[in-house]
Amino acid sequence: MIVAAGQGHPGGDLSATDIVAALYFDILRFDPTAPLAPSRDRFILSKGHCTGALYTALAGAGFFPEADLDTYLQPGSRLNGHPNRTYLPGVETNTGPLGHGLPVGVGIAVAGQIDNADYRVFVLTGDGELQEGSMWEAAMFAGHRGLGNLTVIVDRNRLQQGARTEDTNSLEPLGGKWASFGWQVVEVDGHDHAALLAAFDDACAPRNQPRVIIANTIKGKGVSFMENQAGWHHGVPNPEQYQQALAELEAEIHA
Amino acid sequence: MSASAPSSGLFDCRDAYVRAVEELAIADDRIVAVVNDSVGSSKLGKFRDRFPHRLVNVGIAEQNMVGIGAGLANGGKIPFVSGASCFLTARAMEQIKVDCAYSNSNVKLCGISSGVAYGELGATHHSIEDVAWLRAIDNLTVIVPSDPWETAAAIKAAAEMDGPVFIRISRMPVPQIARAEGASFAIGKAEVLRVGNDLAIIANGTLLHQAVAAAQDLAAEGISARVVNMATVSPLDAEAIAACAATGAIVTAEEGLASGGLGGAVAELCARHHPVPMRMLGFPGFLPTGSAAWLMDRFGLNANGIAAAARELVGR
Repeated sequence: MIVAAGQGHPGGDLSATDIVAALYFDILRFDPTAPLAPSRDRFILSKGHCTGALYTALAGAGFFPEADLDTYLQPGSRLNGHPNRTYLPGVETNTGPLGHGLPVGVGIAVAGQIDNADYRVFVLTGDGELQEGSMWEAAMFAGHRGLGNLTVIVDRNRLQQGARTEDTNSLEPLGGKWASFGWQVVEVDGHDHAALLAAFDDACAPRNQPRVIIANTIKGKGVSFMENQAGWHHGVPNPEQYQQALAELEAEIHA
Repeated sequence: MSASAPSSGLFDCRDAYVRAVEELAIADDRIVAVVNDSVGSSKLGKFRDRFPHRLVNVGIAEQNMVGIGAGLANGGKIPFVSGASCFLTARAMEQIKVDCAYSNSNVKLCGISSGVAYGELGATHHSIEDVAWLRAIDNLTVIVPSDPWETAAAIKAAAEMDGPVFIRISRMPVPQIARAEGASFAIGKAEVLRVGNDLAIIANGTLLHQAVAAAQDLAAEGISARVVNMATVSPLDAEAIAACAATGAIVTAEEGLASGGLGGAVAELCARHHPVPMRMLGFPGFLPTGSAAWLMDRFGLNANGIAAAARELVGR
């Protein structure tokens, strides 16, 4: 997609892909033929630039044909650089500017709390995104309301667009920050599928407390020359790099 | 504050707003109210007592408040998100743009104490830019009601419509506008309050009754002024403006910036399709401290100011 489009955010896509895959293929309850069913679980990509990860999952889950992925970022494509719910089924709210997804997710969770509904709300945020004040406005209120139907996953790859998070505006102690806002904190390897599924297990979730899963990830995961390189926040592999990336990812899948 | 002290025959439109929201909430359990610690200034105390689970007070956090409104809409609610217009609009502008308008969320934003209602508190608390800012956002309906009846009608019409709406709720005391029996409100439809052929006065909000009074004064001098209530600033009623332009001159008047709001919207349309001489009455920019009434008079936003602009335009 990114190679064909000539632009994209491969670093963040690859750090989030295991999380998004675990959610769409093992955790979320939805019917792709009824994307607005009131009972659906909601997933919000607060780090809206990682549409490479989201669109492949939505297509794989049946929200739209996989062939549409070839139109990514093409003129007039509904596969916009950032997700748009009015273009694409399965998208809950438009994101792109950072700091928007969590307040909206909190609002959905409040609606579910008022209605005593069964659906759950999952919000995936970048770690650099937690430098946005609106995320903490929302985190504070979710803790105050005891939103047990809300789970935030922090894609903790420790890199933001230009540098390391800890060198820019440090987030640590990250778990302590969330805990002090009234959240249950779980920390996992964000590339370990079994560990992610265990973290998402409702049986372990508190009823009257929102939950944050700090998923330790590697930006550019699976492609050796992208891993932990801030320079691959956005960028496009050249033909040799593309072939190498595909070969490495294939090898990992078959390992 | 003097502007909010009710005097005989004058009304604070917040009362009509809160009554309308309560009536809607009785009939439809999807109606919820979202506030930023503004239960008192939004007059939602009774709503809270009656529907304790349907009042969501997010505290002092406007960005979160508007995002939560969009989330509540996603969850099937019809949220009325209310806060002082100066903070609701300026502080949460990107949430209004992205979470409400661009996402086409069914959120009703109520800008309370808009314009110069908080006159003495200074320019931080004046909300004279709100209409200009919001009308630049695509897919956002912007309504500036003029009196209690129209405020209630706009609230109900907003609830019936599926999509994001901003409603400017005035605090400055205004009289109830006299209307023909059976008058109705429709979003996007201007209201002709008086016919006339020497010029047209287009106003909304707290300036509408001043426009009516100006037209009466002008009539006594032999100047026939058409008076049009342009409550919906976006989308604009182009047909009504064409009829105004046919008189040959237009005065606009609003409790907001002289540029970019109602006057700007009318001027853009006229420049493209039917250029006519215009005067746009409003505030020039950051204002001094003073009561709302003093500020309105100081900047000519009253019947005398409108009539003077009309005389100048028609050359008398």
